[in-house]
Amino acid sequence: MAQAAANPLRMFPTSSSRNMVLAAAVGVASLPLLVQSEVWLTVLLFVGATAVGALGLNLLTGFTGQVSLGHAFFLGLGAYTACYLGNPSDGVPAGRGLPLVVWLPAAAIIPALAGLAVGPAALRLKGGYLAIVSLGMVFLGAHVFKEWESVTGGSDGTTVLPSMSLGFIDFARIGSLTRNQSLYFLVWALVGVTALGCRNLVRARPGRAMQAVRDRDVAAEVIGVSLARYKLGAFTISSGLAGLSGALYAVVLTYIEPATWGLALSIQFVAMIIVGGIGTTMGGIVGALFIGGLPEVVKHHSDKIPFVASTAGERGLSLPQLNEILFGLLIVLFLVLEPRGLVALWLRAKAYLSTHPSIAKTPRKL
Amino acid sequence: MTKLAELAFSGTTRGALYALVALGFVIIYKSTGVINFAQGGLVLVGMYLTYNAHVTWGLPFWLAVVVAAALTALTAALVERAVLRRMIGQPAFSILMVTLGLLIVVQQVIPAVWGYDRLNLGDPWGVRKISLGGVNVEVKDLWTLGLTAVVLVSFFAFFRFSRYGLAMRASSFDQEAAMAQGISAGRVACVSWAMAGLVATLAGVMLAAGSGGLEPGRDVIALAAFPAIILGGLDSPLGAVVGSFVIGLSQSLTAGYQPEHAAFLGEGFDAVLPYVVMVLILLVRPQGLFGTRAVVRV
Repeated sequence: MAQAAANPLRMFPTSSSRNMVLAAAVGVASLPLLVQSEVWLTVLLFVGATAVGALGLNLLTGFTGQVSLGHAFFLGLGAYTACYLGNPSDGVPAGRGLPLVVWLPAAAIIPALAGLAVGPAALRLKGGYLAIVSLGMVFLGAHVFKEWESVTGGSDGTTVLPSMSLGFIDFARIGSLTRNQSLYFLVWALVGVTALGCRNLVRARPGRAMQAVRDRDVAAEVIGVSLARYKLGAFTISSGLAGLSGALYAVVLTYIEPATWGLALSIQFVAMIIVGGIGTTMGGIVGALFIGGLPEVVKHHSDKIPFVASTAGERGLSLPQLNEILFGLLIVLFLVLEPRGLVALWLRAKAYLSTHPSIAKTPRKL
Repeated sequence: MTKLAELAFSGTTRGALYALVALGFVIIYKSTGVINFAQGGLVLVGMYLTYNAHVTWGLPFWLAVVVAAALTALTAALVERAVLRRMIGQPAFSILMVTLGLLIVVQQVIPAVWGYDRLNLGDPWGVRKISLGGVNVEVKDLWTLGLTAVVLVSFFAFFRFSRYGLAMRASSFDQEAAMAQGISAGRVACVSWAMAGLVATLAGVMLAAGSGGLEPGRDVIALAAFPAIILGGLDSPLGAVVGSFVIGLSQSLTAGYQPEHAAFLGEGFDAVLPYVVMVLILLVRPQGLFGTRAVVRV
């Protein structure tokens, strides 16, 4: 079978990759109608909401090499922007009651501007210093969220029930579908758009510039890649996507409090891109799926795992403890054994199969 | 005036605790270039092993501390061997995340073994207070300051006058040249992790002593020590100590005076003050007060 040569500059390098993505899109779109379990629908909603943020973080850390543990801050900022603008005016705390077409973009733009403000710090700091300063940002942000009660409701938290209608489609209730099923379309449509946008960004000039900044920033500057422009740009886009993700996350959760946006959430996102694949577009989505779906799968099979108490009162690790331990172990094992993540496993399989003498009829240009 | 003296004293004590944590951290960074997020985990391990040795096994307190310190040092060295050794050559970000992953595991294993309740260390000082010139101070705090001083002097002497200290300094200055002289980089890494474990145990013991108590959430002190380390400069032990005392004092003074003088900053501002101080200093000196400015070669 003759293979068309892979053209890495195109959105989909080969016709088969394009067909696979189309098939996946069809599959994803039809899932809410096939999946009846509310539990799994909720999991998929969370996966979708966090996938947007993971895609953004991958742009910042995977492609531009800026270590940031501060993702949770921008997520929270986006969520509270959405609440403040979108919540009904009789809610506690009172929102502005603005429509979806206002609060959703605002939930992306305001954190993007905040990211632009934080960006200059990245220009001065490297590696470990940047990581810890971004950590500080999360704590400062949590403090601000806790104190600014008129907007965020303080430690009491805030219920998230903004208007979800876009024109004639109400994403909280499409036809006879449940809220989760209707939200699913909005969330995953945004994931699709974001993924395509990121892939587009990466395959073109900005992507190559960002990777140059990651690999050898001094050399990049010498050959004319503006460090300031691309580092600031990466921070802006990543924070904007984080804000969008936070808004979606809040809508799915329906109740948020300042403690939601802590270091643990930041680490979760970093784990997603590590497990999924740093520096790849699919990695963000795959990682979000893995990290999001794991607790549910573990719960399902908890009676088969030794040392675990699957019911209350039994001796052994509780399920949340087990989830956390697995989470930590996953990070360690992936980094030690397969640093390029799950996507790399797929790439390895593809490389093996395409060069195997009995499968490849004609020598394929890799 | 008494309030100021009390705040200054408690700030210095807090700074001493941060210094113990920060020192372990900086030793590892200086020798191996690894940012060890799991330092807080080592503090927890040291704390709980001391409790186990003293309360569960019934050893006398000081012997329990020694045993726990040895075990924690061993654990840290094993972690270095088993996990960090395989990460050589990986980007610094990956290594950072590995230590974070290890911290997460430790944070869950500790309560799985010892539970979530607050435990009493059973130290010889308890909550005894004495009066020093009109200021009430906890006896435990005096011991903390004394212990920190001893540790700092010992480390200084070790690095300055002993062969191993010289080897570690050489290795952190230029690893390849040190290896050419016969200094094993692997052994230096192992020893530095072991020393970090030892210091972490001492920090954990003083943290849990007296009215402190043991809880799985105690590792959060490491997060508070990070600003101190950054402020002082990641690769400078002197900077870590100076930064720790600066942060400890400023935290204490803020906790004492901010609620009445600057209430608009919010409740619990002293918990985030270290990060504010850190960011402000870094804007002016990106390498910290005593850190070395990185020379980047293309």
